[in-house]
Amino acid sequence: MAQVDTASIDAEYLLAFDRGAPEASMVAKQRRRFSIPWFRWLVLLLAALFFIIPLVAGVIFSLQNDAGQFSLDSIRAINQQIGFSDAFRLSLQLALITVVISMALVVPTAVYVHLKVPKLLAAVEFTTLLPIVFPPIVLILGVLHVTPPFLKDHAWFLALFYVVLAMPFAYRAVESGLQAMDLQVLVEASRSLGGRWGSTLLRVILPNLTTSLISSVVLVTALVFSEYTMSSLAGWITLPVWTEQFAQANGHIVTAVAMLTLLGVWVVLSLIVLVDLSRARLQQRKRSSTS
Amino acid sequence: MTPDATATDVAPTGQAAMPATDTPSVPTGAGVELRSLSRQFGATLALDRFSLTIAPGELVALLGPSGCGKTTALRVLAGFERPDQGQVLVGGRDVTRLPAQKRDMGMVFQSYSLFPNMDARANVGFGLRMRRWSGAKRKARADELLELVGLAEHRTKYPHQLSGGQQQRVALARALAIEPQVLLLDEPLSALDAKVRAELREQIRAIQQRLLITTVFVTHDQEEALSMADRVCVMRAGRIEQVDVPAALYARPTTAFVAQFVGVSSRIEASFDAGQPVILGQRCTARPGSASRETSARLDALLRPEDLTVTPDHDGEATVVHSSFLGGTTRLDVLLGATVLKIDVRSDVAARLSPSTRVRVGLHNDEVLLVEHLEPEGR
Repeated sequence: MAQVDTASIDAEYLLAFDRGAPEASMVAKQRRRFSIPWFRWLVLLLAALFFIIPLVAGVIFSLQNDAGQFSLDSIRAINQQIGFSDAFRLSLQLALITVVISMALVVPTAVYVHLKVPKLLAAVEFTTLLPIVFPPIVLILGVLHVTPPFLKDHAWFLALFYVVLAMPFAYRAVESGLQAMDLQVLVEASRSLGGRWGSTLLRVILPNLTTSLISSVVLVTALVFSEYTMSSLAGWITLPVWTEQFAQANGHIVTAVAMLTLLGVWVVLSLIVLVDLSRARLQQRKRSSTS
Repeated sequence: MTPDATATDVAPTGQAAMPATDTPSVPTGAGVELRSLSRQFGATLALDRFSLTIAPGELVALLGPSGCGKTTALRVLAGFERPDQGQVLVGGRDVTRLPAQKRDMGMVFQSYSLFPNMDARANVGFGLRMRRWSGAKRKARADELLELVGLAEHRTKYPHQLSGGQQQRVALARALAIEPQVLLLDEPLSALDAKVRAELREQIRAIQQRLLITTVFVTHDQEEALSMADRVCVMRAGRIEQVDVPAALYARPTTAFVAQFVGVSSRIEASFDAGQPVILGQRCTARPGSASRETSARLDALLRPEDLTVTPDHDGEATVVHSSFLGGTTRLDVLLGATVLKIDVRSDVAARLSPSTRVRVGLHNDEVLLVEHLEPEGR
């Protein structure tokens, strides 16, 4: 193998830099870009501490017993707590229903508005932001007042509220994905090749929206797993409601539940990213083996 | 952004002539008839009773400035726009109300339109998948088409791994894979750099002639239209100005707009002797389509650079003011009175005609197009 003279390369690089060669100046520019001033590091550090300290405090508290000693008892006890499994299952069910309805509603709507009535984009975006403006308590109390009792008995009922509540997050994530692609041309290309609307959506639009859809699903799920007001007023014991009720009895166990939920969301997110990465690597391998 | 041209941006010369598919002895495309199409967008009339007939296997270029309605005409033909009035007939069948996906037309778009989630082969096979072809047949056909456009070795690459020229060639293969009745090209070369554009132009034409597929090509580039098309349809404000073969369109424009939009023209005011136009002291005849003296008292003759001659003459009335070397020929700007005439001469002759040289200007051709008089700029 040929020996590489690193000293001479360094000398050449410096000479090139002195001469102002374009490549050398580009390297210098890149270095400048990555050299962050100290005060930016400080802001970054303070922001990180702001988020990390409560998490670390929560983890420490959940790993302590009443005497203040390290113990895994709180975590072991979670599953045996009355009502936990039901509350977790209900939240999971609600999350699933909300995600399905939200995606079924948001994706075709956003695509339709982009393609057929782009003038209404701003109006639709404003409308989807309205749930943030109205307090959930106003929404749920008003609707509960006029809803027949038999409708209130099913989880679907609460999921419909969550769909409204999640709309700003679900819509914006999908919207940003659509804006990043040349939707009009891709749809017309598909249609000119014989693609019907269904196949165009499934084979062309959705595969190019994967990242946005994942973001959307994660945001909707996180919202369902953290919403308290609506579920408590509608009389459903979801995970946040159970957590609040059980907090009176044992703070350590409740904190452990919150930490594990957070960990669960983090694990799911990591899995999604890993699956996406491995799929990309697989495609890369396939390409290199066939070419 | 136009990615840099690479070695495989354009197929090697003669690549398109490789027998990847059977050469048809008869046109594979269908005849097209656009009958009195009108389409309005708000206050803008994009198509105004536009009628055009295209023979099977013919390549017609729709040429015109921005906003002349050429893309609207193509989109109406593709089925992406509904005309307010008029009919679209393909192979004698009325398809005016037929949605785009049922029209059996392949289209190549101006912007890169490959599906980013599919490799080149899957992109080419997409239309066949929609037609429920089996995987093996689809793959074989896609490979055949990719070979036709000289990209066989790139079949597993994704759009982001291909240059602009390569992407448009895959898009062409994708449009051809479904064996469309009509191939529609919407300024497919406009995003490419000059070298790739020129070579891809030749390749598209070679493939079109081999497959004899009816093709409609939209462009605002007259060089592209004249070099590729069997006939060129020049459009202005939603209407047809002239439809003709490229040579006739250039040599015998029937309107002032065509004469000035296609190629370069100079204006010289005509005088009249016994009703016959006299240009540069030479009696001429008015070409069909010329303006009449009944509608306008003063008329100009529109002259091509090669219609004029220039001879050095110390007593000449004209002066060379500028020369542009174009290779074999040189284009001279010659000032005659207040008018600047564009005149092409052989470059070896032009070497003796430096700026400030006094010259005499004459005519090669005694048949001229007369149009309404326009005062020269700066007068």
